[in-house]
Amino acid sequence: MAEVAAMSHDLSYDLTIPVTGHDFLRAGEAASRIKKVLQALNLPPQVIRRASISAYEAEMNIIIHAYRGQLALKVTPEALTLVAEDEGPGIQNIDLAMQEGYSTAPDEIREMGFGAGMGLPNMKKSADRLTITSTVGQGTRVEIVIQLS
Amino acid sequence: MQLKALLAVPELGLNLKAGRSGLEREVKGGYTSDLLSHVMSRAREGDLWVTVQAHQNIVAVAVLLNLAGIIIAGGIEPQEETLSKAEAEGVPIFTTDLPIFEVVGRLYALGIRASNFYAALAQG
Repeated sequence: MAEVAAMSHDLSYDLTIPVTGHDFLRAGEAASRIKKVLQALNLPPQVIRRASISAYEAEMNIIIHAYRGQLALKVTPEALTLVAEDEGPGIQNIDLAMQEGYSTAPDEIREMGFGAGMGLPNMKKSADRLTITSTVGQGTRVEIVIQLS
Repeated sequence: MQLKALLAVPELGLNLKAGRSGLEREVKGGYTSDLLSHVMSRAREGDLWVTVQAHQNIVAVAVLLNLAGIIIAGGIEPQEETLSKAEAEGVPIFTTDLPIFEVVGRLYALGIRASNFYAALAQG
């Protein structure tokens, strides 16, 4: 049994990174760490690109909209899963948020080139499966799955 | 074409501001946008990115996509934090007084193309 546990440990990878709302100084660091891990795990370049885009957009959404949150990466032989969870205002209308170009980001953030209304659409394009659950006034959970086998 | 070859083209008016260690990188194509999510989804590895954004988040985008480098056009000076981050990550950042339209036109004349556009054409 011990051997099986060790083996499954070797074949899967977990990493959780906290993200602070409105911390634009460190924006992109969580996604960069995730990318470096995926490179070290020797995943195909296309998977690394899709996961990096998803992680970046998920991280930026927490920074732009939420108070605090985290990005969790799990890699198994079957799939790569990214879960972004935050405490924040939540999403009023998920269908609307999924439309390219729709954004609730304030003007000063848009002037920096964020809040183009492409975050969730970019994640959807990059993922094999995207699941969003949100409670207004509490927070949002975004799960991105990229199949590996 | 390597970045250092572009640096030597007087018509581009490039000033190297950070990331000298990356000057040997090959420029495989070009991309222009000031919307970071647009760049994230459309720019390709090895692209040279031309923008007027000058804050430090442009470095994170370049690192995540393995871009060749960044040109900040229109006489805009990058913030100090942008340059220190670019230096740490080895991402070459150039400035030029030329407006974006001129820089991109001159890069195109030098043979640099939008790699994502041509990749899509090749796929039919």
